[in-house]
Amino acid sequence: MDADLIVQILFAAIKTGTPLLLIALGEVICEKSGILNLGQEGMMLMGAVVGFIAAFSTGNAGFGVLAAMLMGSFMSLIFAVLVLQLGANQVATGLALTIFGTGLSAFIGSEFVGNTVQGFQPIAIPLLATIPYLGDILFKHDILVYLSFGLPITIAFVANRTRIGLILKAVGENPHAANAIGIKVLKVRYLAILFGGAMTGLAGSYMSLVYTPMWAENMTAGRGWIALALVVFASWRVGRIMLGAYLFGFASIMHLVLQGLGVDISSNLLAMMPYVATVIVMVVISADQFKEKLLAPRSLGKPFDPRDMA
Amino acid sequence: MKLKSLLIGLGLMAGVSLAHAEEPFKVGFVYVGPVGDLGWSYEHDRGREEMQKFFGDKVKTTFVENVSEGADAQRVITQLAKAGNKVIFTTSFGFMNPTIKVAKRFPNVVFEHATGYKRAKNLGTYTLRTYEGRYISGVTAGLLTKTNTIGYIGAFPIPEVIRDIDATYMGAKSVNPDVKLKIVWANTWYDPGKETDAANALMDQGVDVLVQHTDSPAPLIAAQKRGVRAIGQASDMSKFADKAHVFSVRDNWAPYYIKTVQQVMDGTWKSQDFWGGFHDDMLQLSSINPNLPADVRAKIDQTYQGVKSGTIQPFKGPITDNTGKVVVPAGHTLTDEELAKVNWYVDGITDKVPN
Repeated sequence: MDADLIVQILFAAIKTGTPLLLIALGEVICEKSGILNLGQEGMMLMGAVVGFIAAFSTGNAGFGVLAAMLMGSFMSLIFAVLVLQLGANQVATGLALTIFGTGLSAFIGSEFVGNTVQGFQPIAIPLLATIPYLGDILFKHDILVYLSFGLPITIAFVANRTRIGLILKAVGENPHAANAIGIKVLKVRYLAILFGGAMTGLAGSYMSLVYTPMWAENMTAGRGWIALALVVFASWRVGRIMLGAYLFGFASIMHLVLQGLGVDISSNLLAMMPYVATVIVMVVISADQFKEKLLAPRSLGKPFDPRDMA
Repeated sequence: MKLKSLLIGLGLMAGVSLAHAEEPFKVGFVYVGPVGDLGWSYEHDRGREEMQKFFGDKVKTTFVENVSEGADAQRVITQLAKAGNKVIFTTSFGFMNPTIKVAKRFPNVVFEHATGYKRAKNLGTYTLRTYEGRYISGVTAGLLTKTNTIGYIGAFPIPEVIRDIDATYMGAKSVNPDVKLKIVWANTWYDPGKETDAANALMDQGVDVLVQHTDSPAPLIAAQKRGVRAIGQASDMSKFADKAHVFSVRDNWAPYYIKTVQQVMDGTWKSQDFWGGFHDDMLQLSSINPNLPADVRAKIDQTYQGVKSGTIQPFKGPITDNTGKVVVPAGHTLTDEELAKVNWYVDGITDKVPN
């Protein structure tokens, strides 16, 4: 394996990890507010199809991204109303959202199968792109990947260093206490869910506009689920989410790269690598039980009704 | 999964012909992918449409798309048999066992399974000599490659794919003795994301001509982005990559569907194993890219004529496999039955056939 190949593998790992990163960043905010949204796969597919249709019809990829984010938010709004307003079970509602989104996206996208769009072109960042190796790995991507570099920093800052972050944490840790000091718990949760939906829609448009500029039924192929695992994998830390996303990307690329290199391992075994990696990290995390308890938002998955007094 | 039932012409005719309405002859199709995959399932559906056009309202066709290869398939095939279809075409290798099972339960229905090898009295098989197209692809790729490295994206290591890998390599080797073939298994027939990853992994390793045995145009799109060449699979994929596209080997199922339905109507149908190639017009070279060098185009045409007329037989002995065993003795050409069982890589391919 020479240096060029390693550079290209790492470049590809970032591209493959980007949709996972975007979803996980949205979901971690959602989970920090105490809401578990398992509808990622459905929202992602809806984002992918609507983003593709918008970009295909208008010829403008930027418009496609916007439409995908709106669609993602809209899907998450359905979830939010069911969960927050009507007190539906979060797990069941999330699963329903995934099934619903998978079917609906196939239905509305069927007319658009077999077309392609001019997605975002890679932009080499002046100066930075000329750094040996690093420039080739990090600074020759498209605009959505650059956006995904900036987002974790912003999100980590907001979540850990600002008043908004504190409110979010209060709502996720103890909604009754937050309510008692005058924080509008449901409003915070609505916003967190909508943010998560927009991010997942964005990830969907990354799939259908950048990664494979086309629409195909079920084209996200389970990436929404991997991203959900990634949030736990990263124990709700933004920095670790970024690392984990690229690690997942790397694992799923390596299974194909190793075959091309003629490494004599069953390709089925190699295809399992990202999933094995998830299980291993889950085991490692849960080994330190006390630590995990500290990190998981304490009211995660529990409905909140201001009339109940804790 | 959606069940789409197409009633062509029937509704319009109803008012006029009610008095002497004849029950149309019902034909069912089961597809593994969406009809919009622009590859394998898309071409089966085009074959269905042409057959429907040929017979007009004498025939009523139904298709079910996106059927996964397993228990679901058996349910769908049973449903079609119960719905009164007289002929049912199941169009993916993985439908073999479900088709066999359902065929046993419905002895009066004719089943036709594409690319399989299990037959029964009411179950025939049909397939394409895709290796003919692969041989031409190999010759072309061998001429076009500058890095002497061709990439092959395989779906699953079944005889059809192994055979086509051999044909591709033998074609390439015939014009370029230094050529190497890199093989990557995507373990899927249709997953654009995975196919893109596979294409990129191959291109990262110096591949500059891609041959795909998966059904989405994603590898072509990836090749176009990187400025290398790729060959389209199953249908005309030229519009996805105007610069990268070399040609597509198009599947044309219509002649077989028309012939088979006619035979069943006439009562002359018999279970058999049918192989169609360029000679039967069931394979076609489509959209040969005008940006190819003239000498390459000439060689493509020459090879095509040779394969079509039978003067070029890719699996004509002597052939040794890559463990040194003679698999086709001199003077022998593999029969269809033997072709269906190819499970070896020809000498020169450095990989091992996965179990």
